[in-house]
Amino acid sequence: MDYRSSESYAGPRSEDTLPATATAAVKVVIVGGFGVGKTTLVGSVSEIRPLTTEETMTQAGVGVDDLAGIEQKTETTVAMDFGRISINDQLVLYLFGTPGQERFWFLWNGLFEGALGAVVLLDTRRMEVSYDVIGRLEERGVPFVVGVNAFPGAPRYPMSELRAAMDLDDSVPMIDCDARDRASCRDILMALMRYLYTLTTVSPEPQ
Amino acid sequence: MNGSRPDNEPGAEPPGNPDRLYILSTAETRARPRTHLDLVTLIVSRAEPDPGLQPEHAAVVRMCDFPLSVAEISAYLELPVSTLTPMLTELLSDGKVEARPPVPAAALPDVRILEAVMHGLQKL
Repeated sequence: MDYRSSESYAGPRSEDTLPATATAAVKVVIVGGFGVGKTTLVGSVSEIRPLTTEETMTQAGVGVDDLAGIEQKTETTVAMDFGRISINDQLVLYLFGTPGQERFWFLWNGLFEGALGAVVLLDTRRMEVSYDVIGRLEERGVPFVVGVNAFPGAPRYPMSELRAAMDLDDSVPMIDCDARDRASCRDILMALMRYLYTLTTVSPEPQ
Repeated sequence: MNGSRPDNEPGAEPPGNPDRLYILSTAETRARPRTHLDLVTLIVSRAEPDPGLQPEHAAVVRMCDFPLSVAEISAYLELPVSTLTPMLTELLSDGKVEARPPVPAAALPDVRILEAVMHGLQKL
């Protein structure tokens, strides 16, 4: 890297640049276990090919989990894939996929700060990860919707059973989705926006 | 203040506390207030890359011709965000780039933002 000139850094392709009028961005976080379809979802709706940003897990971040099997002083690099949707000339929406396992929660501080909300992609093969994620989001007060990605070969359960297993409040939208399908991914983001809209406009009634 | 953590008080750390290690860079020592950089803060160049800049810094100035988020710059430079942030802080205080902060965080998002996003998603 020491020998790279500035020209050797690629930068965006001309079709991937934002208009000069872009003034502000918002973000939505897609959370789920490995292989649950986060990157697929991001890729389905993103106007750019999903990019990867990395963060290094330093010693300071280690306290959140027992890093069984990881030697002292090891730096772990965690990759987050993300995509982008230009909402209009001024506003840009970024979608970040982040792993749900507890040992990656150190990433969440910067990620959820200012985020509109989250989509939890439920992995019916590893429910416990989603269960922990949902608990953590509730603790942090992050509004979320749950998407059940229809995997070939994954166990299928009725929504009511999944909701009960996740201990999920009835008000939280839970919908089937196909992470490979653009319309389906748009629908789940739309469901999140509608849910946020409801939370924002309806004041809670005490009863 | 009652109940404040003793380690917040200057001089309260035990001598030789190994947790207190700082890396000083030119960016850290500047007097100007630091802009908080989010993953989706948009960075835009305000100058041509000058030949005196380090390659990574020059690359940032070059690629931010049009607005790019911190996350995108990190992806294109293949640098972790934690490595990129001090570089951007330096470029900001030197006036080489400007930062367009994300829509401010609130307990709940602004209805107008949500409406705009819904409208944008409908066009997908």
